[in-house]
Amino acid sequence: MQIQVMTNILEKNDQIAAQVHERLSAAGIFVVNLMGSPGCGKTSLLEQTIVGLKNEISMAVIEGDLFTAKDAERIEKHGVPVVQINTNGGCHLDANMVDKVIDSLDLGALDLIVIENVGNLVCPAEFNIGEDVKVTVLSITEGEDKPLKYPLIFKQASAVILNKVDLLPYTNFDMQAAITDITNINPAAVLVQASCQSGVGLTQWYDWLKEQISIKQARSM
Amino acid sequence: MHEMAIAQGILDIVLKTAAENEVGKVTGIKLLIGQMTQVEPECLTFGFSALSMGSIAEGAHVEIRIVPLVGQCNSCNQKFSVQSYCFLCPNCNSASVTVISGRELAVEYLEGD
Repeated sequence: MQIQVMTNILEKNDQIAAQVHERLSAAGIFVVNLMGSPGCGKTSLLEQTIVGLKNEISMAVIEGDLFTAKDAERIEKHGVPVVQINTNGGCHLDANMVDKVIDSLDLGALDLIVIENVGNLVCPAEFNIGEDVKVTVLSITEGEDKPLKYPLIFKQASAVILNKVDLLPYTNFDMQAAITDITNINPAAVLVQASCQSGVGLTQWYDWLKEQISIKQARSM
Repeated sequence: MHEMAIAQGILDIVLKTAAENEVGKVTGIKLLIGQMTQVEPECLTFGFSALSMGSIAEGAHVEIRIVPLVGQCNSCNQKFSVQSYCFLCPNCNSASVTVISGRELAVEYLEGD
């Protein structure tokens, strides 16, 4: 006996993600799923973003990490609410993990939640977690071949941050090739060349983020 | 290794469908996996065989069909096979392209007694 099923395997996750997104949207909160390799500078970018936008934007951070609270401790020092999710070896966050922690945040007081995913260019790209946008960070030291090796995470991103551009003179990173590949994979993505050390590009990133937040808030009213 | 999470999703769907259709033993499962998914078929079938142990789906033959990546241009309607992950229309060079297949992660059917 053959039984037709035709069911999306990630349906359950997508349903929970939709519920999370609906709840956070009702509170007028813009949600970023921040992805990238271990060491690409996701937490540094977050720290800079907190410092840069703290006076204008009320934000909270959800930190995904395999086992430690090291990133959450870094964020906490900047005085924004932070919740830790430990996946205990799991390579990505899923919607259920986020669903379980959002009630510990004061949703009425927030404009923005950034969810820092587990450092990984593969698995997080497949799982929606209730975000409005995915943002992928690629650092110069990883090499310009990564977009073609891991196309999905670049395809899914609304913005791609090419981080650590202050290191360009010390590497053989081919910026033009990186830009061409990312643009071919995802012509709609906003590309920002940034450095959390020198500060270059960060204003462009803040402006894009602020614009997204105001679009979301206008829609929620 | 997110294939385990995906294998668990497959097992949930298979067991639910089998129960609904009064299938006592699942012998085969057909999956559709898009070319542009981050799934390693061997990891997935291994994960499924481990997770399904002791269930009515233990030992089921898992067949995977890889679905090619196809885009369709929103400007000139040209359908094309996406090469080297370039999502620009090969006909009119438009950047407005919809992915019409290649992102599937689905259970197509199951077989059982």
